[in-house]
This record gives sequence, C-alpha cells and structure tokens, in this order.
Amino acid sequence: MLHVVVCIKQVPEITEVSIDRRTNTLVREGVPSIINPFDMYAIEEGLRLKEAHGGTVSVISMGPPQVESSLKEAVAMGADRAVLLSDSRFAGADTLATAYTLAQGIRRLGQFDLVICGKQAIDGDTGQVGPGLAEELGIPHVTYVRRIRELGDGMLRVERMVEGGWELISTTLPALISVVKDINEPRLPSLKGIMRAKRTPVTVWGLEELGCDPQRVGLTGSATEVVRIWTPEPRESGELLQGDPEQQARQLVERLRGLGVI
Amino acid sequence: MQYFLSEEQEAIRDLARRLAEEKIRPQAPVLDEREEFPSQLMKELARADLFAVPFPEEYGGMGYGLFELCLVVEQLAWACAGVATSYAASFLGALPILEFGTEDQKRRYLPSLAAGERMAAFALTEPEAGSDAGAISTTAVRDGDHYVLNGTKQWITNGGEADVYTVIALTDKTKGARGASAFVVEKGTPGFSFGKKEKKLGIRCSVTRELSFTDCRVPAHNRLGREGMGFLIAMRTLDKARPGVGALAVGLAQGALDEAVAYASQRVQFGKPISSFQAIGHKLADMATLIEASRALVYQVARSIDAGQRDFSKESAMAKLFPADVAMRVTLEAVQVFGGYGYMRDYPVEKRMRDAKILQIYEGTNEIQRNIIASALVRELKSRRR
Amino acid sequence: MEGKGRPAILKEECTGCGACVEACPIGAIRMHDGLAQIDESCNLCGGCRDVCPSGAIRFPEEDREKQPAVAEHHHVWVFAEVRQGKLASVVPELLGAGRRLADQLGESLHAVVVTAPREEIYQQLFGYGADAVWQVEHELVFEGDEMARAAALCQLIRRERPAVVLFGATAMGRSLAPRIATRLKTGLTADCTGLEIDPETRLLRQIRPAFGGNIMAEILTKYRRPQMATVRPRVMKAPRFRPDSSGPIHHFVPAELDGGLTLEELVLEEVETVNLEDADIIVSGGRGLGDPRNFALLEELARLLGAAVGASRAAVDSGWIPYPHQVGQTGKTVAPKVYIAVGISGAIQHLVGMQSSDVIVAINKNPDAPIFKVATYGIVGDLFEVVPALIRQLKKMRGVT
Repeated sequence: MLHVVVCIKQVPEITEVSIDRRTNTLVREGVPSIINPFDMYAIEEGLRLKEAHGGTVSVISMGPPQVESSLKEAVAMGADRAVLLSDSRFAGADTLATAYTLAQGIRRLGQFDLVICGKQAIDGDTGQVGPGLAEELGIPHVTYVRRIRELGDGMLRVERMVEGGWELISTTLPALISVVKDINEPRLPSLKGIMRAKRTPVTVWGLEELGCDPQRVGLTGSATEVVRIWTPEPRESGELLQGDPEQQARQLVERLRGLGVI
Repeated sequence: MQYFLSEEQEAIRDLARRLAEEKIRPQAPVLDEREEFPSQLMKELARADLFAVPFPEEYGGMGYGLFELCLVVEQLAWACAGVATSYAASFLGALPILEFGTEDQKRRYLPSLAAGERMAAFALTEPEAGSDAGAISTTAVRDGDHYVLNGTKQWITNGGEADVYTVIALTDKTKGARGASAFVVEKGTPGFSFGKKEKKLGIRCSVTRELSFTDCRVPAHNRLGREGMGFLIAMRTLDKARPGVGALAVGLAQGALDEAVAYASQRVQFGKPISSFQAIGHKLADMATLIEASRALVYQVARSIDAGQRDFSKESAMAKLFPADVAMRVTLEAVQVFGGYGYMRDYPVEKRMRDAKILQIYEGTNEIQRNIIASALVRELKSRRR
Repeated sequence: MEGKGRPAILKEECTGCGACVEACPIGAIRMHDGLAQIDESCNLCGGCRDVCPSGAIRFPEEDREKQPAVAEHHHVWVFAEVRQGKLASVVPELLGAGRRLADQLGESLHAVVVTAPREEIYQQLFGYGADAVWQVEHELVFEGDEMARAAALCQLIRRERPAVVLFGATAMGRSLAPRIATRLKTGLTADCTGLEIDPETRLLRQIRPAFGGNIMAEILTKYRRPQMATVRPRVMKAPRFRPDSSGPIHHFVPAELDGGLTLEELVLEEVETVNLEDADIIVSGGRGLGDPRNFALLEELARLLGAAVGASRAAVDSGWIPYPHQVGQTGKTVAPKVYIAVGISGAIQHLVGMQSSDVIVAINKNPDAPIFKVATYGIVGDLFEVVPALIRQLKKMRGVT
C-alpha cells in the first residue's frame, strides 16, 4: 500500500496575461483556469504508482475556492481524495509561505510515502515550492525526475535530468520528487471519473483546521515582496530577407557576422 | 447557439472535445497520410468511457441515448472524421444486438463493446448490393444448431479491426429481402476471412475491408431476431444510426469553419486580413448558418428519437442528408478561403474536403435518403386522405 | 543590538536531548539541569528551533521590522557550482554580478565551494573576482548529496551571515536554494535576470520574468536575511579573467550532517553537441521538418555554428528528438545570442521559451506563421532549400576566414 500526495496549482490557461496597472496584479478574470501542465505529469505518475503498488492518491492545492474545479479534475482522472487549503489569510503567499501551508495540509492528511510536484508552475516559473515543502516536511527531495526506476521497501531510485544528461539517485521514503514532462503522458479523465468527481466533495481546510501559525502564511508569512510588475518592451519588428534561398542565406550570414555573433 | 444541455451532457461533450483537441487533432494528419487505423486512439476513447455512452447501465454502459452519442461523434469529427467514423461504426455494429438481441446475446456482447475492449462492425453491403440492399446474395443455410454462411460483404467499416460483426444474410433465397436474417459473427470463426484494405479518397484512417464467408459455421443462437427479420433489423438499425452520421458531418464542417475563420483573420492580402473582404466574410457567414441549421436538425431528431418518437425514418434521413450536403459545401468553401494553401496537404482543410465526400455516400447515399423522405411524404398524404 | 530578545525554552516540552546545542552555530546554548539554556550571544538565527524535536523553543514575537539580524548581515556570496570537475559556466557570470553588488554595498564578494578542494577552481574564482573562498569539507557533501549540501550551507550561512547569496538557476541551484531558503526562513527569488542594490535602502532589487517572459517583476526581501536569488544562466556578463588574483581560502567543516540522497551514477548524453543551456546559438526544428531524419540537416548547421539543437513540442511529441531538446513552456527556457527557428510556427507555448533570445531567426514557408512576429530576421521559404543554402554560405565563409 502506497500513499501518494500530489500537489497541484491552478494557473491561467493562456500565457498571455494582462496587468492591472492600478493594483499591479495579474488580471485573471475571464481567463480560463487549468491545472498547471507539469502537475498533470505529477498526477499521472501518482495514479500509475497506485495502479502498480495499490494504495491511494490524494491531491492537494492551496488557493481560492475556484481551485476546487482543478481538484475535481484530478479526481476525475482517478485520485481518491482532494483537499483544498483555502483561507483569505493564505492569499499573497510567496513560495516560503506556500511551502509551509502545504506542509501543514499534508501533515493533516496523515501518513504518506511520496509527495509528487510538477517541476514548476507556468505562471510563477519558480520551481521552489517542491524543495521548500520537502524541507518543511523534513524529508529528502529530488527535482527534475524523468523516471522512477524503483520504489519499495522504504526506498526510491529515480533518474533526474541535469544539464547534459541525467543522474541516478536513490533515497529513502518518505520523499518528495518534482517531475518533468518526459516522465509520462497524462491520461484524460474518464466519463465515469467525471461523474464520480461530481459526487465527491472536496475537503476544504482553513487556517484553524490546519493549526497554522498566522505569522507564517499568506502575505504576512512571505519573505519576499513583489514591489513592481510591468510588461517588457515588445521586440522591434524584424526584417524579412528577400530573394532566392541562396541570396536569403547570404544576407542572413552577413547580418549575423555584422552583429559579431558568428 | 444555446442547446440547453444538462450538466452531464456538457461533461460528455467537453470530455469528447478534450480528447479531440489533445489526442486526436495532433495525430489526424499523420494517420491520414499513413492510412493507419487509430488503434491507440480507440484505446483512449475506451479509457475515457466514451464507448459506454449509449449503452444501458446493466451492460456496463453509461445509460445515455442517441443524443449523447451524437454529442460525442460531433466532437470527435471536429478533429478527424476518420476517427469519428471508426467510433460510430462500432456503435452501428452493436445497435442490432442492443435493439433486437436476446438477454443472453446482450450479456455476451454488449459489456465488452461498451467498455471499448472490443469493437463491432455492421455488414450489409455487397458488390452487387449497394443502394439496392435487397439484392444481397450472401446465404446462411441452417445445419443443425448452426448456420453455414457463404458470400462476400464489401466496404465494411472496421472490417478486420472489429471483433464482433452483425451480418445480414439470406436464410431463404426465394423470398429476397424478406428471406434475410441477421447474425452475430465473431472474428476468428473458421471460414470467416478478410480481403485487402481499401485505398480511399478520404477518412483514410478508418479501415474498410471485404468480408468473406466460406462455409463459415455460426451457432444458431447467434441469430438476431427471427428468421426473415434481417432486412427489417438492417433498416431499423440504419434509421436509428443516421443522426449519428449527421452529427459527424456537423463536427467535420465546424472544424473546417473554425480553420477557415482563423486563417481568414490572420492572412493578410492587399494590406488587410482577408476576413475583412465581403467575398470571404459572406462565405464564412453562409458556412456558419448552414452548420447551425444542421446541428439544430440533428440535435432535435436525436432528442425526439430518445424521447420515444415511433416512426422516424423521414426525420432521421433528413438528419443525415442535410448535414452531409452542408459538410461537403462547407469544406469546399474552406479550401477556397485558404486559396492555394488550402490545396496543399500541409494545411488542414483539403483533408476535410476529402473526408466530407463519403458522408454523402455511406450509410445510404443522399439519393436514397431523398427517396426515403419522398416516399414518406407520399405515405403521409395518403394516410391523411384516408 | 537593542530590543534583541532571546528564545524561551518551554520547560514542560524540553527533553534535554541536546539537539539544539549541536545545531547552534555560535555555541550560545548549553545544557543545564537537563534543560537547554540560551545565553545573550544568541543571534536569533533559528537553527535550534528547526532541529528541536519537541517544539520546545519559542522565539520572541517575530516582529519583522525589529528582526535584529537584518543589519548584521554583510557581504555577497556566490555558490560556486562545479560539475564534473569544472566550474559551471554560470559561476563567472554570478561573480560578475556579485562583484557589482558587493562594490555598491562597499562589501566583499565570497564564493562557496561544496565539491572536493581543487586549486584550479580557486584560481578561477579569484580570477573572476572573488575576494575570498569558502571550502565546505565533508564526505557526503563532496559525494553530491544535495540534502547534505543544503544542510552544510545552512550552517555556514547562519554562522557567517552573508547579506546576499546567489545561485545559478541550474538544476543544482534550483534544487539547493529553495531548500536552504526554507530552512533559513528567508526569501528566495527564482531565475533572476537583473540584480542591483538600491542605493538608499541597500536592499537587493531582484528582477525576474514570470509567465514565460510576458511580465517582469521586481522583488525585494526586506526583512529577512540573507537575500537569496537564483540567476538565469547566460544573462549576466562574465568579467574578464585575471589570472594572477588570489585571496584567502576558509575551510568550513560542518557539524554532523544527515545524508539524504545517494548519487549512484551520472550519465552524460549529447556528447557531440552543445547543451541547450550553455549554447550561444541554438538551431531549433519543428513540425515543418516533416521527418525525424531531417534533423540531420539541422545538426549539420549546428555543427558549423557551434550551436545546440533544440526542438518544438510538436517535434518532441512526434518522437523525432528526445525531450531534453524541447524548448518552450513544458520544455526548457533558453536565451541564447542567436535562436534559429526552422519549420517552427511559433505557438505561444514555444515563444515563451525563447523570446528573450538576443537575435531570433525564423525560417518558415508560411509567411503568416506567428514566429515571424518575434523574429529579428525572417526568411519565408522552403527550409529544405534555405538551410542547405545557409550551410553552403557558412562553409564558404569558414573557407575564406
């Protein structure tokens, strides 16, 4: 029996986002939300481990009430339990406060063997919550996992992507891994799963249920502060190189040499 | 347009759409190019429980009806009409068992078909019996507790890939169509073999093969209904399946329109996006209107059949005829909107045009549909006069 | 420092295990009558609280404004990542950025090494501007156990109190830094592309892209120390190497460490080409290549340019080229000097992974492909004609020069 916890984040569907100039926050209204793509690989890996070893998959997320829809989707894919950590005091959390809050939630869930996160979220792009969460839970972590080679008897052996190749790493359970796209191909939910998800309530825990230190959550518990956001200058419009392929190629080589890049 | 789907119907449609977008669409051009049956995609559809949609819950289905089946077929066809055809043809093959099978026959076949573990096919057409289905010559001769089948079925969708075939054969040659009976024949039965895979203009990932029966012994308990009911079973099956073909046409046409609108909005000529030219804009407007009219017709006919309308041959013929003609016209126009690019196989619309043509031909040509509608009109007039 | 409190020991909870005594980096805790006792030299680093198994150490109300440690942190540190015996290419860049920050603060620049001691690494660190080097010495740390490395670095940082610690945003940096920052309860900013010191507040202004480069953010860690950041490789400029520089080397032997990971094997791939992460030039192929064999054409072009080979998601998902080559939202984010997109239409998911490149070249037969909107130079044409022409031109150029 293997108890897997998968952490997911709900992110805006499109990568083109706008900014409210007045509040310097991201405008998310009207932008459809999805499960962070990397977290889909995390869910799939959890489900595959459950199919191979037996046990349970719990999905957990921190966020506003609308994150329930993403948790329900994970249930529709096959997760057994869904927990949402939601409290207005959790808002504005940086990765430090998020890792703490998620750790409180996972402890409350009970015994677990493996926590799986996606490599990073496509909105924040930090990849920091996974290792931070492992630290909070006092368990080892391995990032960028592209394959689980072996799992059992309290140990885990994985392949981890690094610059120029991969490492074979072993560690003890419980542990946390963050996974990359290469690890699997996520399934879609099944229709029966969707109908089951409609009937399965999402557990919602707030600050009190989690026994959180109010000083360590949300904006208050964050060590970093975003003081300014802006959109970068759009790229200058480029030059279309004319002529036959030979002429186009010659012009390109000349341009690149002129810039001193080749 | 708002069709006021229930929450569950929306879930069915949305899931089929996701499969279409994420799994089918990226593969459609490759499958078409290689003329390759989408086995992997069929497994995905099965895993998503989409095969289960129109089967009753007691046989492992989801307990929905024809309308929900149409929602699925439409979305699949939005991505690839070949994949949608493979899916819909399996239901066509299962329909005779579902509608006319004994409890024992249903228990033997429906659960695995609903799970998508096995696929089905429907075998009526023969080389000399196309639109004139009554001219079939495959025979089934009783021999103890078996029937011995001899003959050839042609252009059978899912032929060779399906595991379960409903085959119409003559048990009494002297009676013509009234001497036909329906049988379930399983792949692997001795004397049952497949001909070569046909090379087609469109829906090239859907497989079409010839079925050959040479002294093929089929257990008598595999006969559906009574002897002589075969032709009736075939016609009732086709009547019921036609809105599905209409839904396939709607999805295919919608996909072509979506491509055309997107292209017309980003393609710049004479310094403007071509969508700003009336010649293009009006084309797109006509395409959209025709598609919406088709969808409304298909949805209403499917809902009426599910709600228990008794005689629906005319309406179901309309729900196949009109959308099929619309799909042909819309896909032709989509190619025109794309101009030279539209003619290139690297762009997605020429495939839709090739795919659309079959909709006017298979499951009863559009000429036959008009015959059905016309004869129904005359019948109605006579019954009113009486 | 005024108003500096001391952590309280909850007598009912303390079991006298002594874990805090071991953990305290400055020896401010002793055991007395089976209970821990903390003296005035405590600097509130929090190390004891983190190791206390019974939660018996309660800190004074953490009013962040008054957190005394902030002003007591000095110097800029750079994590000197060494891979397969070589200094990672991001380290000179970090030293370049760190030098600037240290000069602005009027403080010094230190580099920390967690791999086995090597003279040539020290020479490089000093040559690229480090004033001092910290060499962490522990068998587990040398063996590549990231958990042990993180623990040792935490001990060292708690003791030495740097104001700023920079890591490369590499696989190792992005794994170690958040672990450390969480243990130290301090701020960490990921993947920075700009760093400077605010002359008034002396705070580190951390600039980073988010949403795949569609927005930029400035982030401060106002009340906690050190201010930690990972820095995107290839953004900061490496300083000129000065071979004769030198400086002090401090050796740090951590208190007992618990291991966590065993690095059993390192398998290097793509030996013949350059890594995407390290490349000045990337040649990427997409669906337009039409066939996996056509990547050979790109490889030839890449070899001539000394470039790495990248790919769009479509090419990777079709199985034409392995995942480590994927550029874009679910692959790698790259920012080379030149990015050549061949047969890539330029879906937004691809653009977010490469639009920070200095020069973008797009080769595509569809003039309406979105890739042309971000291209510095666009070539509308058949890649099977353009790329061979490009190869011929480059060979000609190489022959002449």
